[in-house]
Amino acid sequence: MSRPAAPSRRQFLVGGALLGSAGAALGAAALLDPTSAGAADDGTGQVPEPGHGGGVNGPTFRVGETVDHVANGFQPTEILRDFDYGKVSTAADGRPVREWEVLATDRDIEVAPGVRFPAWTFNSRIPGPTLRCREGDLLRVRFVNNSAHPHTMHFHGIHPAEMDGVPLVGRGVILPGESFTYTFDAEPFGLHLYHCHVGPLAEHIARGMYGTFIVDPPADRPPADEMVMVMHGLNTTFDGEGNQLYAVNGIPFHYMHEPIQVRRGELVRIYLVNILEYDPINSFHLHGNFFDYYPTGTRLEPSEFTDTVIQAQGQRGICEVRFPYPGRYMFHAHKTEFADLGWMGFFEVSDG
Amino acid sequence: MSTDAELCAPAVDRPAAPTRLPVWALSIVAVLVAAAALIGLAVLGGQSLPERNGPPVEELAVERTVLRPQVIELTVRNTGPDAVQIAQVFVNDAFVGVSGGTQPIGRLDTATLRLDYPWQDGQPYLVSMLTSTGVVVEHEIPAAVLTPSPSSVLGLMALLGTYVGIIPVALGMFVLPLLRRVSPTVVRVLLALTVGLLGYLALDGGLEALELGGASSGAYGGPALVLLGSALAFLALTLVDRLLRGRRQRAASAGASGLRLAMMIAIGIGLHNLGEGLAIGSAYAVGELALGAFLVIGFALHNTTEGIAIVAPLAEDRPSLVQLGGLGLIAGAPAIAGAMLGAAVNSSELSAFLLGVGVGAIAQVIVQIAPALRGRAGQLLNPTAIGGITAGVLIMYVTGLLVAA
Repeated sequence: MSRPAAPSRRQFLVGGALLGSAGAALGAAALLDPTSAGAADDGTGQVPEPGHGGGVNGPTFRVGETVDHVANGFQPTEILRDFDYGKVSTAADGRPVREWEVLATDRDIEVAPGVRFPAWTFNSRIPGPTLRCREGDLLRVRFVNNSAHPHTMHFHGIHPAEMDGVPLVGRGVILPGESFTYTFDAEPFGLHLYHCHVGPLAEHIARGMYGTFIVDPPADRPPADEMVMVMHGLNTTFDGEGNQLYAVNGIPFHYMHEPIQVRRGELVRIYLVNILEYDPINSFHLHGNFFDYYPTGTRLEPSEFTDTVIQAQGQRGICEVRFPYPGRYMFHAHKTEFADLGWMGFFEVSDG
Repeated sequence: MSTDAELCAPAVDRPAAPTRLPVWALSIVAVLVAAAALIGLAVLGGQSLPERNGPPVEELAVERTVLRPQVIELTVRNTGPDAVQIAQVFVNDAFVGVSGGTQPIGRLDTATLRLDYPWQDGQPYLVSMLTSTGVVVEHEIPAAVLTPSPSSVLGLMALLGTYVGIIPVALGMFVLPLLRRVSPTVVRVLLALTVGLLGYLALDGGLEALELGGASSGAYGGPALVLLGSALAFLALTLVDRLLRGRRQRAASAGASGLRLAMMIAIGIGLHNLGEGLAIGSAYAVGELALGAFLVIGFALHNTTEGIAIVAPLAEDRPSLVQLGGLGLIAGAPAIAGAMLGAAVNSSELSAFLLGVGVGAIAQVIVQIAPALRGRAGQLLNPTAIGGITAGVLIMYVTGLLVAA
């Protein structure tokens, strides 16, 4: 765009050869250069009004730019309330059987406007599908490795060693083109997760191979507007030292552009999971409201009434909140660096 | 020399073959053959080699950083082989609104990014440019300082140029009456002192230039650019010196006045001062204010002696004040132009080059002055000269300590 402004190597050498006039030639070229010394800036110092933030109004990507969700094949707003209960049937002993098929794939995802991330995924999305069941169900998860790399599905929960989805135990690593059905009982109830467990482990996780695994208690929790938030990072440089982007549910800043719509006074239940790699802890902070916190969701009584929780990698918990006032309430990591690098969003509370 | 004669003899003796092509035709054939071979190599040879094995090589160099209230503006050059698309930018680990640079930047092309960021005076910032492939290119701003507007800089540079060019030269010219009375030894001490000052300046400017060149992208040569600038400046000023000497000798034999000789010296010194002005202006442009002030003091001290040099041939004349003023302007005014141009050319590579030019110019003037240091025994490094040079170096070192803070 500024091609004419750049002094070419030829101009440079010719100018230098004449010394006495060299300075004059170079200097004159610079004076004629409209981009020199900020001449082109006057009067246009304002950056256009952002959709959110910018400057003192907070962090933002290039104003007005969002990722192409259609090309990505998933939408974080939909992932929020997308619970996959599987194909349900009844076993001979009368208890429910849930079956899923989960595909490992390699695909480029536009994780920030204009930034492509060569991800390894479950079902071509970050995070992978939210698998949901009830305590005591028999679960059959057929894992098909369509990726070019070896993977597994390692579930958190209580199960036999051969269903643990780690190398050298049971079936071990599932090679490209192979498949395996992980079969185990759903226990204990609570909020869990699954992820690939193939080495190098940090990279397999950081590339996007994780998802939420919810085991409902035998008796339903109180009715609520339920949603999943998976906190994670994107180490786009693959240097294994921190992340360039932080997000919930795949795309940084997404809920700044599309605030999460909730209703005033209604119980909102957030299944909050932290699978952040390369940073030791993550946190969740909600503005203007307090929530009950159920660590790991394995007890029906909250441990805390708070507006901020921290989670180490693999930790998770359920947040229950009622918004008494309408309006926009920010939520973000209270590790502010993560928020500034994408892990922030809005709830939009409306009446009715 | 006999070897040369032997080698040349057979060629001379050999009778010219009537069928031989003329030299120009042979040249054309040679060029055509080379061109055809190169084209063939480009078309066929290129295909016979595989594409580079690996991801795109993304290299960016920030050539200019302009800080205005709430805005950081970077001029970025692609110094790598592949096009680079800057997708997003974060400053001190916070993504910022960016305008500009929305298209991929081709090799050696530039783009200007404007970051919407409430930077604070004096604070360090790390600007990280996230490319379309997820690569991060970092640019450090050691201390954020408001970039002065171009018009105010030019005014300031005019002032600086006046300080280092016109005023000291004029001051030096005022010693004309004194110069007529002191002994030649005193003059030699003064000139040796000048050599010391200049030597220190050359070293200091050279180190600075190499540092700037090393920090620049290297797309145009980096440190090699400094040496190029020095060498070209040295050679060009030497050429000017030779031309002036030739004219001076002819003028002297034609019985020209001392005024004309002084004029020629003033022109030579003026050219030299252009380089000095460029060095000052470019030092200022890249935010090296301490160096700029250092140079001002150093150059002012040194340029006073230039004034002495100009008036030296006028010992026997009685030039008018207007004539003396004109000489001072010719010698000093280029410092103003140089400073303004140097400040306008605000890129670390060009600044490194121009600082190199200054080093070359300084070295050349040292060479010019050196013969005048010879004592009665004809030695260059006689006790008088050594004393003067040492004093000059120490003066620069001490003034440097005082000024560079």
